Amino acid sequence: MASVVSIQNLTKTYGNGFEALKGIDLEIEEGEILALLGPNGAGKTTLISIVCGLVNPSGGKVLVGGYDVVRDFRQTRAMIGLVPQELTTDMFETVWNTVSFSRGVHGKKPNPELVESVLKDLSLWAKKDNMLRELSGGMKRRVLIAKALAHEPQILFLDEPTAGVDVNLRREMWQVVERLRENGVTIILTTHYIEEAEEIADRVGVINGGKLLLIEEKTALMKKLGRKQLRLELAEPLKILPDSLSPYNLTLSEDGAALLHEYKGEEGDGSIASLLSMLQAENIHFRDLSTRQSSLEDIFVALVGEQA
Amino acid sequence: MNVEAIKSIYFFEMARMRRTLLQSVISPVITTSLYFIVFGTAIGSRIQSIEGVSYGSFITPGLIMLTLLTQCIGNGSIGIYFPKFTGTIYEILSAPVAMTEILIGYVGAAASKGLIIGLIILATASFFVDISIAHPFVMAVFLVLTAVTFSLFGFIIGIWAKNFEQLNIVPMLVVPPLTFLGGSFYSIDMLPPFWQAVSHFNPVLYLVSGFRWSFYEIADVNPLLSLGMVGLFLAICLSILGWIFHTGYRLRS
Repeated sequence: MASVVSIQNLTKTYGNGFEALKGIDLEIEEGEILALLGPNGAGKTTLISIVCGLVNPSGGKVLVGGYDVVRDFRQTRAMIGLVPQELTTDMFETVWNTVSFSRGVHGKKPNPELVESVLKDLSLWAKKDNMLRELSGGMKRRVLIAKALAHEPQILFLDEPTAGVDVNLRREMWQVVERLRENGVTIILTTHYIEEAEEIADRVGVINGGKLLLIEEKTALMKKLGRKQLRLELAEPLKILPDSLSPYNLTLSEDGAALLHEYKGEEGDGSIASLLSMLQAENIHFRDLSTRQSSLEDIFVALVGEQA
Repeated sequence: MNVEAIKSIYFFEMARMRRTLLQSVISPVITTSLYFIVFGTAIGSRIQSIEGVSYGSFITPGLIMLTLLTQCIGNGSIGIYFPKFTGTIYEILSAPVAMTEILIGYVGAAASKGLIIGLIILATASFFVDISIAHPFVMAVFLVLTAVTFSLFGFIIGIWAKNFEQLNIVPMLVVPPLTFLGGSFYSIDMLPPFWQAVSHFNPVLYLVSGFRWSFYEIADVNPLLSLGMVGLFLAICLSILGWIFHTGYRLRS
């Protein structure tokens, strides 16, 4: 697939000397959903802000659809929709006016039918004549998304879109994201909710301290870094592990009632099959077993922890 | 040129004026009417005419200028400051618009509002005093140039200001003394020689004087010099804005 956003050795040092980005290289593919994870202050928002034109880069370059974001800002910004992290709204404007304004300021001719369908998609139609200050936080979030979609962008940036949003709205938002993806829109989101990235992203990037630590297909990432754990509830507690079981990465729970076997996701079945037959040979019986796969969150915490 | 964007910004700003009609139109009209009642009719009837023009008529151009300056600076600064304050400016900065287009939208709207109010006050004044306009075209040129220049000046203040206090300090603290000491209510011939000399450093003097000339053909300074000074101030504002847009000062880090 062709990359629609190409970030090359991007650096940013703010006026106060803070180095927010220390050389980021990232290719974003057309039509994918990319989740950027990272702790606060990692540089996620700075990265997005440079691509969208809110912040000037200090070094390196960013191409969007082959155009340079600084030199050809008219082409690049027309392609991009941005939903910012903060709930910033024109308090005294109506929903309809503010969404129509977004379309116009992106250079698109008025199109009431399109604005209507965007508002309906986001369950905002009933509120179209309400002033923004009358809306709840979740509704304002929808308005920001509607504003970002009003000019039919090909690339959508969602900066922490579900912060402070209830479960229902979050579900609805992911449905909207899914529909956009079906229409070929590329979506880049930053999030703290790792389950979210796990649920909807195609690829996951982890940023910390202004560097991109990794970027990987989500499933490949889980395979590569995800550890699995097999837990065997024993029929009778063990005091010590028999020597014959030492080649397996085993630990005995404190009360001796369970055996824990850690293995890498990708090396899977082999070790388990031989472990189970070895247990049988040793006459150790178990009454239940369960496996657990480490989540992106575990991976993320481990990665960021290594850095610190 | 992103014409749709300019139109959007312009009409969005003009809509704000419609929404705040009481504050943005009626209040300056009432304030100015009070000036006419107090200075024009009450006190003015006891003041002898200045170079053949009755006092009430004499102060009309100055009062229009006073309102125009205050309105244009106020509208020009709040137009850009408010999105900065609420954070909605992200949208304009991430839209495919050049800074000059943003400027045309905001300053165009601020100047239009100022002009509308200026003309309303001119109409109001005609109820209180006799007004004749000797050079309507020159008057229009002064009106438009001043509106644009001071809306630009307001835009600069709006970008510079970090809080509402800074936003208000120029219109509240700087404009009234300059207008009052700029010959809005008197001819500077009435001043002692020292203050006459000081007055020549006041840019508002040139505006009021030139504008008054277009009404009654009386002036404290040569009308061409007045026009030149407005042009100079316009050029200064444009160069400051050029620098702001080039460096991204307080807009893009």
